[in-house]
Amino acid sequence: MSEIPIKASMTPNRQQERLVMEAGDMTRAMTRIAHEILERNKGVKDLGLVGIRTGGVHLAHRLVRRIQDIEGVAVPIGELDITLYRDDLSLRKEQPVLRKTSVPFDISGKIIVLVDDVLFTGRTIRAAMDGLIDLGRPAEIQLAVMVDRGHRQLPIKATYIGKNIPTSRDENIQVMLEEAGEDDRVVILKGVKEMER
Amino acid sequence: MSLKRKDLLSLAPLSAEEIKLILETADSFKEVTGREIKKVPALRGRTVVNLFFEPSTRTRTSFELAAKRLSADVINFSPSSSSVVKGETLLDTARNIEAMQADIIVLRHSSAGAAETLARGVKSSVINAGDGWHEHPTQALLDLYTIRERGLSFQGLRVAIVGDVSHSRVARSNIHALTKLGAEVRVVGPPTMIPMGIDKLGAKAFYNLDDALRGVQVIMMLRLQLERQGRALFPTIREYARLYGLTAERVKMAEPGAIVMHPGPINRGVEIAPEVADSLSSVILDQVANGVAVRMGILYLMSGAN
Repeated sequence: MSEIPIKASMTPNRQQERLVMEAGDMTRAMTRIAHEILERNKGVKDLGLVGIRTGGVHLAHRLVRRIQDIEGVAVPIGELDITLYRDDLSLRKEQPVLRKTSVPFDISGKIIVLVDDVLFTGRTIRAAMDGLIDLGRPAEIQLAVMVDRGHRQLPIKATYIGKNIPTSRDENIQVMLEEAGEDDRVVILKGVKEMER
Repeated sequence: MSLKRKDLLSLAPLSAEEIKLILETADSFKEVTGREIKKVPALRGRTVVNLFFEPSTRTRTSFELAAKRLSADVINFSPSSSSVVKGETLLDTARNIEAMQADIIVLRHSSAGAAETLARGVKSSVINAGDGWHEHPTQALLDLYTIRERGLSFQGLRVAIVGDVSHSRVARSNIHALTKLGAEVRVVGPPTMIPMGIDKLGAKAFYNLDDALRGVQVIMMLRLQLERQGRALFPTIREYARLYGLTAERVKMAEPGAIVMHPGPINRGVEIAPEVADSLSSVILDQVANGVAVRMGILYLMSGAN
């Protein structure tokens, strides 16, 4: 916490931040991804979006709105909590708080776009795919993320990427969202090692 | 927040926040039990041992199903088929089970305090599934879950617990939990079945059922333990049924929309009239269904590495 501020800012909690995406960058990335999803899947037929709690859920809602703006159709959306599928549950002393999974449509035969904020080790996505397949048998699973920061530990690749941001392992990258009470931005926090995901 | 406890022995020491955490965790598992594939891998590789020294179908089956739906391995131990009949003590039995690397032991025993004794002697997590007249925490938690599911909030909630309160571990656990969450608890039964000093637990004693039911939103019936008949607690079953049996007429004394609960097994026509047990206000089968989700939540929360 004694590090010199990298970006001068009025708010003290931003002193350790390095800005990598501004609100406008994020909006444009979301709009591009919405178009890419529609282009790749030739429209909205059989399409469903599933956000990974918590950041991914907000982003999935944004994508649904963008797609509606473009195609005039509201695609079904679900929310997935991957906690029960984590691969480190048997190693933890205290179990993480669970949040609810709610996928109110049948995913079988659908093209499901998983949505998350940051793609890092790939372990969250592995858990999300297992969780999704317990709910049905999608025709295809695709992955949309706001940021791909590298350091994969599993052979997983995103289908749609807002921005590739090379990082070092001990940096902590965060996607701040309006829905969570922040100003929209993506930052690298210094000196705070991120939980691997 | 998380549950920082090795064991779940009693609801008396739990905070309101801990109780709420358990109920919220159960929400996630309620969703799982509604799926086509009702199984998640959260407790893969863990072993849960059901150690039941008293007969029980409902609770044991519920724990077994909960553990299996979490992908744990489950072993059922009952005294008739174990070396207990050969004179082995509770602690020795438990240590043997522990030596087989059980992560969680679920214990039902006829002596109050058995779960506590066990928890002190073994490293595995111990969940009390009923110890004598002491407590039955998971039953009370599933009762609370069922109340909450009906959209009732605990603050200021009026609950009547009817029957043999003295000998009921279900009543004791419910009184602890409900009062912590801000509910007003009334206990009602013949004076021989209402313990002295129940007010110290925060419950109010009634001896007339109609008075006790006035304005309550939840009626919690206790099973009349027929095996106790002849111990001078009540003269005849017929008289008990007439004074303390819940009839459709009596349900009308409670607030409109009040729910009727019972931990089972029910004695139809004794503590509860058949038409009440089968009525829309009865949530008895919801309690059973919720039992699995609540126990999954408890097993999950207790499954942190030791």
